[in-house]
Amino acid sequence: MTVATCSACVAVPHDKIEQTIAAEHTLDLSVPTVHCAGCIGKIERGLKTLDGVQGARVNLSLKRLRVQYDGRQTIEDAVLDELANLGFEAHLLDGKVLTDKPDTTARGLLIRLGIAGFAAMNVMLLSVSVWAGADGITRDFLHWISAAIALPTIAYTAQPFFKNAWSALRVRGLNMDVPISLAILMASGLSLYETAHGGEHAYFDAALSLTFFLLAGRYLDHQTRAKARSAAVELSALEMPRAQKVSRGQVETVAIETLNVGDRVLVRRGARVPVDGVVAKGAGELDMSLLTGETMPASITLGDAVYSGTLNLGPSFEVNVTQIGQGTKLAEIAALVATAEATKTKYTTLADKAAQIYAPLVHLLALVAFLFWQFYTGDTRLAIGIATAVLIITCPCALGLAVPAVMTAASGRLYRAGILIRDGAALERLVDVDTVVFDKTGTLTTGEMTVVDAPKGAVLNLAASLAAHSDHPLSHAVAKLATAQDLPVIQDVMEHAGKGIEARSGSSRIRLGRAEWIGCKPVEGYVQTWLQIGETTPVAFLFEDTIKASSKDAILRLKARGLQVVMLSGDTQSATDRLAEKLGIERAVGGVLPDEKLTLVQSYGNHVLMVGDGLNDTAALAAAHVSMSPASAIDAARAASDFVLIKDDLTLIDACISLSKSAKIRMLENFAIAAGYNAIAVPIALVGLATPLLAALAMSASSICVSLNALRLTKVRGR
Amino acid sequence: MSVLLYLIPISLFLGGIGLVAFFWAIKSKQFDDPEGNAARILLDDDEDPN
Repeated sequence: MTVATCSACVAVPHDKIEQTIAAEHTLDLSVPTVHCAGCIGKIERGLKTLDGVQGARVNLSLKRLRVQYDGRQTIEDAVLDELANLGFEAHLLDGKVLTDKPDTTARGLLIRLGIAGFAAMNVMLLSVSVWAGADGITRDFLHWISAAIALPTIAYTAQPFFKNAWSALRVRGLNMDVPISLAILMASGLSLYETAHGGEHAYFDAALSLTFFLLAGRYLDHQTRAKARSAAVELSALEMPRAQKVSRGQVETVAIETLNVGDRVLVRRGARVPVDGVVAKGAGELDMSLLTGETMPASITLGDAVYSGTLNLGPSFEVNVTQIGQGTKLAEIAALVATAEATKTKYTTLADKAAQIYAPLVHLLALVAFLFWQFYTGDTRLAIGIATAVLIITCPCALGLAVPAVMTAASGRLYRAGILIRDGAALERLVDVDTVVFDKTGTLTTGEMTVVDAPKGAVLNLAASLAAHSDHPLSHAVAKLATAQDLPVIQDVMEHAGKGIEARSGSSRIRLGRAEWIGCKPVEGYVQTWLQIGETTPVAFLFEDTIKASSKDAILRLKARGLQVVMLSGDTQSATDRLAEKLGIERAVGGVLPDEKLTLVQSYGNHVLMVGDGLNDTAALAAAHVSMSPASAIDAARAASDFVLIKDDLTLIDACISLSKSAKIRMLENFAIAAGYNAIAVPIALVGLATPLLAALAMSASSICVSLNALRLTKVRGR
Repeated sequence: MSVLLYLIPISLFLGGIGLVAFFWAIKSKQFDDPEGNAARILLDDDEDPN
């Protein structure tokens, strides 16, 4: 290979050039089901055997996969196929949207945390010598060294608090960062003054350990949020789908954004329709469950409108594009989701509520202390010293840790149980839930069909060998039912899109399909397909939805909690009612459109938990007080949900509610612990007895207590 | 007390080593995928037998 055609390249080593070339070709995928070391090994080893793949690395925290390859065009399909064979669902992510920049905020917080920790430990060591009895010039010397370490450290590491406090003050507001910044600044200023005047008390260690503990809380909080944000980025980066454009009889794969209205697009068997349009050639059978939630495919013929996101189960057909971009059904639903999110009432988190009470109270206390001592003794230095001690002691170190520590412990516990939490505050909201709304198809049912009534023996085998030629969900169910090893041989298989399938067995013609096509009267209330052999009387196969194994148990548990359970479905009312009766749900509404789902959910009050998986549920998920989606849900639904059930077990919902209750109790306990410390320490500070030693002890002890209390959540109680 | 003149720099230096090690860990992306790194120690390195 001759790369060095220009003189500049000769100077660069050959393999360096190749590395640069190779590094440009990367592929990012979202792999939501990867969860352990086994998955990582399987994926990375499996992909490296593919031709053209140079490297593969799974990021387990973000559930993403990055593949490096040599730039060949076919790699995407090969990688997706290999992942499917390995048993992982994967989606391509748009590399343009995913910035390669690492999370700079997290990194900045970590660096600050490291520096603050280093400085706090050293200054604490020096303080111990002061407390141990150093005096005179030795004490001054130690204080000066402490100042030299502490002041630059605080100037750098406490910046996040200063910035937040400043932005709150600018709009004349108060947040938790205002008392924090004030305490840090006053402690540093006072200590510097004391040091310069050979004073006894310097609070450098307190100021530093305060910064350290608060940064730890901030980092934990940021990590929980970062996960949620990465899921949101994924949604906007998701699926840059391609379409098979047909022009002058030639099929060409193009990116979807290059299509125009009027272009013709080929939809292959098993592919999703990439655009909104009308059928221009051929006919087929579409799985519309993504849009409508209906289980049964709809048959489409020439001139019918089709929507992007629907799945072609029949033979391939061609579509004339009528809508692109913002005009598509998908974009309409996205807009609906946006309005639903905007109308949602804003929830004030416990931490915010605490800050609203806490910040003014602390400032008032410090002010009172200052005024009292100023007028009582007339000694301004003493008065400022006491006011500073009050601020340091009351500083919400424990409060800053109270919520993030519980959140981190809870999300870790949920993750191990098989639940991904996307919004930390959702755990608090889940406590108030009084109504649970389920979607039917895909959530309570598997979306597949089970046979209720069918002929047996030779007739069944014949039906099964015919069904093996179709992708229709009913055909899958029929084919699954037949247990015979060798099915009868059939010839001349012909598929009639939207009607059924036909073939010849020996001398007789056999047909499997819709009742109207076969020419018989359908059985009321069932999903069905009919088989006719020659001119004999047709026989029926009757089906119903397959209920997930955990559905019934999950609903029982939720009802035992006293929650109201409702089922909504885009399916017919009769099918919905039948399933509701089986599952023991009293309220079930069928035939619901996406926007009706949204209004229904809003009509059930302000504390609804919505569980759904389809695009038709997305707006309702976004509007609900809390929302969950199973792992099998489409990405838009997952992105709109607060929780994602990675394990396909609906009883996890109940477990999640239990955990949310204990998490809230832990948070309240943590606030109580913090308040308790203050109740003891504040009077001491007010009467002027607080020393740096006491401040350091009170602060560290309350922070450690709060963290340990949060850790109790990670323990799984045995039953 | 002149021993302080040696001990304080030494303690700062030792702490500094820890701090530098921490920065190195951040820089080499060891905090970008904590869950993945925790899981990876369970993988065998038998991918390349030769």
